[in-house]
Amino acid sequence: MSNIAKAFEKGKAFIPFITCGDPDLETTEKIVCAMEEAGADLIELGIPFSDPTAEGPVIQEANLRALSGKDRVTTDKIFDMVRRLRLKVKVPMVFMTYANVVYSYGAEKFISFCKEIGMDGLILPDIPYEEKEEFDPICKKYGLDLVSLIAPTSHHRIKMIAETASGFVYCVSSLGVTGTRTEITTDIGEMVSLVKAVKDIPCAVGFGISTPEQAKKMAQHADGVIVGSAIVKIIAEHGENAVPYVREYVKSMKDAIR
Amino acid sequence: MSKGRFGVHGGQYIPETLMNAMNELEEAYFKYKDDPEFNRELTELLNEYAGRPSRLYFAERMTKDLGGARIYLKREDLNHTGSHKINNVIGQMLLAKRMGKTRVIAETGAGQHGVATATVAAMMGMECEVYMGREDTERQALNVYRMKLLGAKVHPVDSGTATLKDAVSETFREWTKRIDDTHYVLGSVMGPYPFPQLVRDFQSVISREIKQQVMEREGRLPDAVLACVGGGSNAMGAFYNFIEDKGVRLIGCEAAGRGIDTFETAATISTGRLGIFHGMKSYFCQDEYGQIAPVYSISAGLDYPGIGPEHAYLHDTGRAEYVAVTDDEAVEAFEYLSRIEGIIPAIESAHAVAHAMKLAKTMSKDSIMVINISGRGDKDCAAIARYRGEDIHE
Repeated sequence: MSNIAKAFEKGKAFIPFITCGDPDLETTEKIVCAMEEAGADLIELGIPFSDPTAEGPVIQEANLRALSGKDRVTTDKIFDMVRRLRLKVKVPMVFMTYANVVYSYGAEKFISFCKEIGMDGLILPDIPYEEKEEFDPICKKYGLDLVSLIAPTSHHRIKMIAETASGFVYCVSSLGVTGTRTEITTDIGEMVSLVKAVKDIPCAVGFGISTPEQAKKMAQHADGVIVGSAIVKIIAEHGENAVPYVREYVKSMKDAIR
Repeated sequence: MSKGRFGVHGGQYIPETLMNAMNELEEAYFKYKDDPEFNRELTELLNEYAGRPSRLYFAERMTKDLGGARIYLKREDLNHTGSHKINNVIGQMLLAKRMGKTRVIAETGAGQHGVATATVAAMMGMECEVYMGREDTERQALNVYRMKLLGAKVHPVDSGTATLKDAVSETFREWTKRIDDTHYVLGSVMGPYPFPQLVRDFQSVISREIKQQVMEREGRLPDAVLACVGGGSNAMGAFYNFIEDKGVRLIGCEAAGRGIDTFETAATISTGRLGIFHGMKSYFCQDEYGQIAPVYSISAGLDYPGIGPEHAYLHDTGRAEYVAVTDDEAVEAFEYLSRIEGIIPAIESAHAVAHAMKLAKTMSKDSIMVINISGRGDKDCAAIARYRGEDIHE
């Protein structure tokens, strides 16, 4: 069983996302530790990309802050940070970034380093099923899960995607890019049951979720809830002093889905 | 390797949310590509609405002045809306209509593609929204007004460098929000499959006509065809029907900005390396960690950090040559063609004219060169005046 699967063993999983190096790497390290303490079951670490086409304004700005901030974050600096973090943090962690960040580093070099520093998986929003052959065999070779995404527009594609999915399936809750939404109208239960009909794999819902009420509602239909923009907003507001605020927020979200 | 490749280039590197839209587009494209009724309608609009076929003009004074190759200008600038962009827009809009779409969105750099899309949307009675980098809305204020006049909504884009690449990113983002009734009229031979193939096919009318027109005038094929390259749609259109004719040199002219040895450049083949961005694998200007570089060119239409995947392939195989032309050289060519032939080219097209000015001299007097004048230069006059230190008000 992959480490990622373990995140879903203790009931519904809470999966927070943050952008590495926003506002700096030291704060990122502290936030990751605080999120684990507050009950996060799996942590998504964003490697910033200059042109994140699947992100809404909140995470776009976080990417920019990380790349142009005082640490001028790079992939290598993030690898070093994860190496330090792994001495303290026990929950599974996955990288979320864009294909070019992995490709330009050298896919095999990137993925082997991920393994070496203790990462468990990789989410690449611009790699659909049709392109996963380029990265998936390398991930398998090093024992990492390349997480598959399904969207409200996936329909008949869900079966095909689920069949080869590993780690967990990332269910995109609604159309559009990342960012908080007041209402989510997609039938998540239906999406999840289409996946489960093909494969027994955890399903986590992301995009648009920000309040404990939304998280609770989503968790009724899925195995986990992913939250990014709402946390990144807290970090944007409080900067280096964001740690206690993020801790409290993660705790409230985890409590809501317990 | 996935579908839609040119060697290693191309592919479909896009979010899952858009994959079904891509499959539907591919299906519609193959269904109508060789459909007689679709092609009849397309040809009629290209001829009656856009004013095709465009002229192939023998530039006699320029030929004499440079003293080398016989120079012909393919006058895409004479099309309705003033550039080659309308060829692709008419094709895509006819497809969109058949796919049941009622709304189109588009990115634009210089504004040429945005204006063409807004124009055809008005003619077909479709809703139209155009995304344009904030910086470009300022460089090309007149085109913004034209689009509004045509009934389109123009959204200035503030993210990133606020230029063409950010407009493309933002249009893709907008598309993921609303797919059912909306088609993204991508303006160049780039993006995920099937866009590079589809846009090329709609632009290939340019080389089809050049071939026929040169044969009529000279009784033989040209020795060289030159075109400017940003994403590369006018160049792909001008090259495509000559690819099998190995004796015809195909030369793409990229924007070097202030020079390929500076950071202020947009010459992708000269300074970029292989990467994955905007749905495709191709060459991109980027740093060692794959962060896309903030490129620069005086020309808003060439100010893009990537190049279409088929160009990347033509470069790899050596079938086409790619050269870099600086701002200074392009501005000189802009002024030169205006004075010597009475034709004001778009600053984009002036990049091809600039290289032609160097190359023609080295070619024999019985050789033939065709320069694709992809657009007209009215839109650039104020910016070029400013470049020369003259402040004029539009």
